[in-house]
Amino acid sequence: MTNGWVDMKNTDMMLIMGGNPAENHPCGFKWAIEAKRTRSAKMISVDPRFTRTSSVADMFCQIRAGTDIAFLGGLINYAIENNRIAKEYLVNYTNAAFVIKSDFKLPADTDGVFSGFDETKFSYDKTTWNYDAAGGPGHNAAVAGTPPGLPGSVDYDLTLQNPNCVFQLLKKHYSRYTPEIIERITGIPKEQFLKAAELYTSIRKDGDMKKAGTIIYAVGWTHHSFGTQIIRTAAMLQLLLGNVGRAGGGVNALRGHSNIQGATDMAGLFDTLPGYLKVPTPGDASFDAWMKRATPTASKPAPWDSWNYYGNTSKFTVSLMKAFYGDAATKQNDWAFDYLPKVDRDYSWTNLWNDMYNGTVKGMLAFGMNGVAIGPDSNKNIDALKKAEWLVVGEIYQDETSEFWKSPRVIAQGDMKQIQTTVYRLPCAGFAEKDGSFTNSARWLLWKNAAVPTPGDCRLDQAIVAQIFLKVRDLYKKEGGKFPDPILNLTWAYTTPQSPALSEVLKELNGKALADLEDPATKVQIKAGQQLPGFAWLKDDGTTACGNWIYSGSFTEAGNQTARRDPSDPSNMGVHPGWGWSWPANRRVLYNRASCDVEGKPWDPSRKQIWWNEGSGKWVGNDVPDFKVDSKPKDHMGPFIMNPEGVGRIFAPLAAFADGPFPEFYEPIESPIDNLFHAGRTHNPVVTKFKDADDKFGTVKEGFNVVCTTFRLTEHYHYWTKNNPMNVQLVPEPFIEMAAEMADELGIRGGEHVKISSARGDYIAKAMVTKRIKSMMIDGKKTYQIGIPFHWGYRGIAEDEGKTARTLVNALSHTAVDPNAHTPEFKGFLVKVEKV
Amino acid sequence: MSQATLRVQKISGHAGSVPGDDAQREYTVCKLIDTTTCIGCKACEVACMEWNDLPFGETVFDNTYQTMPETRWNYWNLILFNEHEKEDGSLMWLMRKNQCMHCADPGCLAACPSDGAIVQYTNGIVDFQQANCIGCGYCITGCPFDIPKMNPKTNRVFKCTLCSDRVSEGLEPACIKSCPTGCLHFGSKEDMKDLAEKRAMQLRTDYNFPQAGVYDPAGVGGTGVVYVLHDATKPELYGGLPSNPSIPWSVRLWKGPLKWLGNAAMIGGILGLVVHYLRFGPKEREETIKQPHEGAEP
Repeated sequence: MTNGWVDMKNTDMMLIMGGNPAENHPCGFKWAIEAKRTRSAKMISVDPRFTRTSSVADMFCQIRAGTDIAFLGGLINYAIENNRIAKEYLVNYTNAAFVIKSDFKLPADTDGVFSGFDETKFSYDKTTWNYDAAGGPGHNAAVAGTPPGLPGSVDYDLTLQNPNCVFQLLKKHYSRYTPEIIERITGIPKEQFLKAAELYTSIRKDGDMKKAGTIIYAVGWTHHSFGTQIIRTAAMLQLLLGNVGRAGGGVNALRGHSNIQGATDMAGLFDTLPGYLKVPTPGDASFDAWMKRATPTASKPAPWDSWNYYGNTSKFTVSLMKAFYGDAATKQNDWAFDYLPKVDRDYSWTNLWNDMYNGTVKGMLAFGMNGVAIGPDSNKNIDALKKAEWLVVGEIYQDETSEFWKSPRVIAQGDMKQIQTTVYRLPCAGFAEKDGSFTNSARWLLWKNAAVPTPGDCRLDQAIVAQIFLKVRDLYKKEGGKFPDPILNLTWAYTTPQSPALSEVLKELNGKALADLEDPATKVQIKAGQQLPGFAWLKDDGTTACGNWIYSGSFTEAGNQTARRDPSDPSNMGVHPGWGWSWPANRRVLYNRASCDVEGKPWDPSRKQIWWNEGSGKWVGNDVPDFKVDSKPKDHMGPFIMNPEGVGRIFAPLAAFADGPFPEFYEPIESPIDNLFHAGRTHNPVVTKFKDADDKFGTVKEGFNVVCTTFRLTEHYHYWTKNNPMNVQLVPEPFIEMAAEMADELGIRGGEHVKISSARGDYIAKAMVTKRIKSMMIDGKKTYQIGIPFHWGYRGIAEDEGKTARTLVNALSHTAVDPNAHTPEFKGFLVKVEKV
Repeated sequence: MSQATLRVQKISGHAGSVPGDDAQREYTVCKLIDTTTCIGCKACEVACMEWNDLPFGETVFDNTYQTMPETRWNYWNLILFNEHEKEDGSLMWLMRKNQCMHCADPGCLAACPSDGAIVQYTNGIVDFQQANCIGCGYCITGCPFDIPKMNPKTNRVFKCTLCSDRVSEGLEPACIKSCPTGCLHFGSKEDMKDLAEKRAMQLRTDYNFPQAGVYDPAGVGGTGVVYVLHDATKPELYGGLPSNPSIPWSVRLWKGPLKWLGNAAMIGGILGLVVHYLRFGPKEREETIKQPHEGAEP
C-alpha cells in the first residue's frame, strides 16, 4: 500500500475493485467502515460477483472478470473529458508535461501494439518509449553499444498542449475507452458505468483539491496475464486525480496473507534481492557494471530538482553484501560479487514447476505453501511431482502437496505404484507457535511472541533451514567442491546457529556500523558494532552492513521498534507513530510531499500530513516526511523521490514494463470474444504460454463458453481451515456460485451437483444459485460468469469423511503469466458448466 | 458494571415478590446491531461458540452463506443472509445477526410455568436457568422471535445469555468484542438508542436510505437488542424480523386473566385422579427392562 489500513478512515471515496476486503480482510475493513461512519464516505464495489463488500457499498458494478483495464481506462477518459483532474498536481507532480519521442506510437496507430514490437520474439524494443531531451530530437540519441537511458534534461510543456506530451498522448490513448465500448467489453451497462465514473471523480468537482479518493485492490487484479498493467492504470488514474501521497488516498494493495508483504520485501521473487534491489545477470561483468545498470540517473525538466533516491543503490547493495559475507566481502574482491548467482532467465513459480515437469528440477523444499493447490493447473503440478526424485514438505497438516500421490486423478489413473518420489514430511510450527515479525499490507512490521510451545516433534522453520544449511556447509568443508566460497563465507553469527533467534535476524536486517561513523552535517556519531538508526547511514565503502535497506530502522540501539505498542495518535490521522514500525523510516503514507501544493501547504488543512515550515526551513508534520527535509518548495523537487524523474509516472518509460508505457486493454488468454479494440491482437502480445501436454487452452467454439473466476471466503483460510471443525461448521463444503437465470436454463437447483470443466481439468461441487451474479451482455451476446471458492482439496475433515468431491479448483486454471510480475492468470478463464 | 446488574427483577412462575426488587435500579444494558455495516463475517458466531464452550455441530450446504437455517439449542448467534432485489433492479444482500432480543416484556418468561427457570435481571438480560427448566417448551411458543431451542436429549431449553457472565464482570458480550467492523455496540439502552438514531439519520441524509430507522419494537416493551435497518418499514426482509412482535394472545390469556382456569383445571385433574384411585385402585408396575438413558448433556 502507498497508504495504510488505518489511513482508510481519512477517505472520502473508495473504489474497491479486484478485491473483496469485507470477506478477505474483515479486520482491516473496519477502517473503510469507519470512513463511512465518520465521514459519510462513499464506496464503489466493482466485482464479477456481488460480494459481502458489495453489500455495504453505495454502488455495485458487475464486471466481466479480466476487463478491469477497460473500466479503469474509461474512468481516465471520463476524468479528462469532464475536467475532473487535479491540474496543479498533474503538471508539477507527474510527468504529464514531459514530451515523448516523436517516433513513439500508440496501439491505435500501430495495429494494437506499441511501437517497437518484434513479432518473432513477442517482445518490445523499447527505445521509442522515452522522453525527448531538452533542445529537441537528437539530444538523447542512443550511443552505439550502450542500452538507451533517460535523458538528463527532459523536454516539457507546462501548458500540456504539445501533442507529444504525456498528457496529450494519455488523452488520445484513452479517448477510445468510451462508455459504449466499455459496456460491450465489461458487461457494465453504459448508464451504470457513467454513474460510477461520476461518483468516483466527484471528488475533483470544480477543481476542488480537498477531498481524497482511495483505490483498494487485491489479487483480483494481480491474477491476470496483464495484472501489473491493471494496477498501473489505477495508479495513473490516482495521479490524474491527485490522490497519491494524500491521507485517504493512494493505491492500496491488500495482501492475502499476514506476512506476504514481508515475503516480497525479503526477495520472495527470483528477480530481486532484499529491499527490491535488482539481481545481477550474466551480462554484469563486475560489481561496478552491475551497479551502473541498476542505478538510475536523474531525468527531469532542467529547472526542476530530482532527489533520485535510487542513486544510493550502491550503498544499499554494498551493505547487503557485507551482511551476507562479512569480512569476506571487500572492495578488492568486488564485494564478493562472484558469490552471487547471476539470474539468466525467468525462474518464477510456474517455470520451476514446468522445469520439474520436464525433469530438470529434481526435488523441492515446500514450506508455508500447498504447491499443487495454490498454483495454476494442479494436474500439471501433480504430474511434475510424480517425476521429482524427492519432495520435502514442512507443514502443520497433511496437505495435498505432501500427498499428491493420493489425488483423485492419480487414483483414477491407477499409477500410484509407478511414482518413485520420496516424500519427507516435516512437522512445522504454526503461526502462534513462533515469534518474529509480520509485515502487513500497510508495510507495518509488527513483532509477535510465540503464544504456545511447539507440540510434539514440531520444529521452527528457521531451525529446519539452519540445520540443512549447516549440514551443507559441513559437506563443503569436508569435500571442497567447485566453488565452496559463497557457502563457507556466508555470515552465520547467531547465538544458536542450529536455530537462529529471529530477533537476531531482524537486527541483521536493520544493519550495524562496522567502523566508527560520523554524520558530517549533525556530527552525530555511531560506534563500530552499534545498530544503525536508518538507511540514511548506509555507505558503499564497507563500513556498514545491512540485510535489507528498507528495514533499516526497525531494530536500532533503542531496541526492537517492531515490538512497540504505543496506541497514541496525536494527530488523530491514524498515524500511530509508536505502534510497530513501518518501512521506510516509519513513514505511514508514501510520497506524502504530494499532500501539499507547490508552496508546501496541505491541500486539505483539516487533514494535514506534512508541510513546509519556513521558520525552521524544514518539512515537518504528523507523519515522517517522505522527502528531503530541507528541500525548499521553490527548488521544485519532485515528491516521487524513488523515480529518477522525481515525479509520478503517468507514462512509464523504457524498460519499466514489458508490455507498454501505457496500459492497453487485452483480453484474458481464454476469453469469450475477440479484442474489440483490435481484433488481430486479442491477448497481451508479450505473454508467452507453455506448450507441454498439460498446457491446454479452451475456446468458446469448443463449448467453453462460461467465464470463471476463483475467490476466497471469510470462513476459510486457504487450504488450512478445512482441517478445523469450527470453520468446517461455518461453511461445510465447496460450492459453485452461479446466476439463477443460468441455473434455470440448465435445470440446476441450489445444492445439486455441477460439473465444471476447462480444457485442463474438471471440478465437481454443489451449485449455489444466487441473484448475486447476473447474466451479462458481452458485445451483444448473453454471457454467464461463475465463481468458485478454492478452499478444498483431497485432505481435510469433510474430504477424509468422503463428503466432498475432493478435486482442486486449480485443476481448472491455466498457466499463462503476467510478463512483469510472473503471476498466473487464476481469474477469468473459460469453462463448461454441466449438471451432473 | 458490577454484580449488582444481575439482580433479579422478574421470575417466571413465581408467586409473591421478587427478592431485592426494591433496591435501586441500575441501568438497562443494550446491544446495538447496525445491519448496514455488518459484513456477515460470522466472527460473532465463532466468538459465541467459543466463549460459551458450545460443541461443534454438523452443518450441510443449503444454497446460502448462512451457517444453518435457524439458531440451535447449542448455536445461539446466527447471521441471517437474505438476497433482496429492490424495485429499481439493484440488489441488497441483507445480513442480520439473529439472537435473543432480550425483550423488556419477555414472552418466554411470561409463558414459562416453572419457578425460576427464566429470570430477567435488573439490567434487562433475560436468562434461562436450565436447572429449573422442566422442558415444557412453553417459552418456545411464547417467543415472538423463535429463539429458544430445546436440547432434545436433555429436554432443557437454551438461548443467548447476552453473556451475562461477562457482563456481570463489566465486560461486553463476546460477540461485541469479536466484531471487526464495529457494527456491534454495547452499552446502556439510552446510549445505544441515541447512537442508533444518529446512524439512521446519517443513512437517511447522506446515503440513499430514506426509510432507514431503528428497530426497538414496542409490542414487547422494547428490546435489549436494537437494530439499525436500511428500511425500517420492512423488517421482514431481514430474515423474517416481525414488524410488530408481541407475546402470543394465548400466553397472555393463560398467564393473565385465564390463569384461574388453569388452576381450576389442575384441581379438577387432581380430583379426577383421586376419584379414579378410589374407584380402580393402584396401577400394577409393569416389569420391563428400559434402555439405559443416553448421557445427559448440559
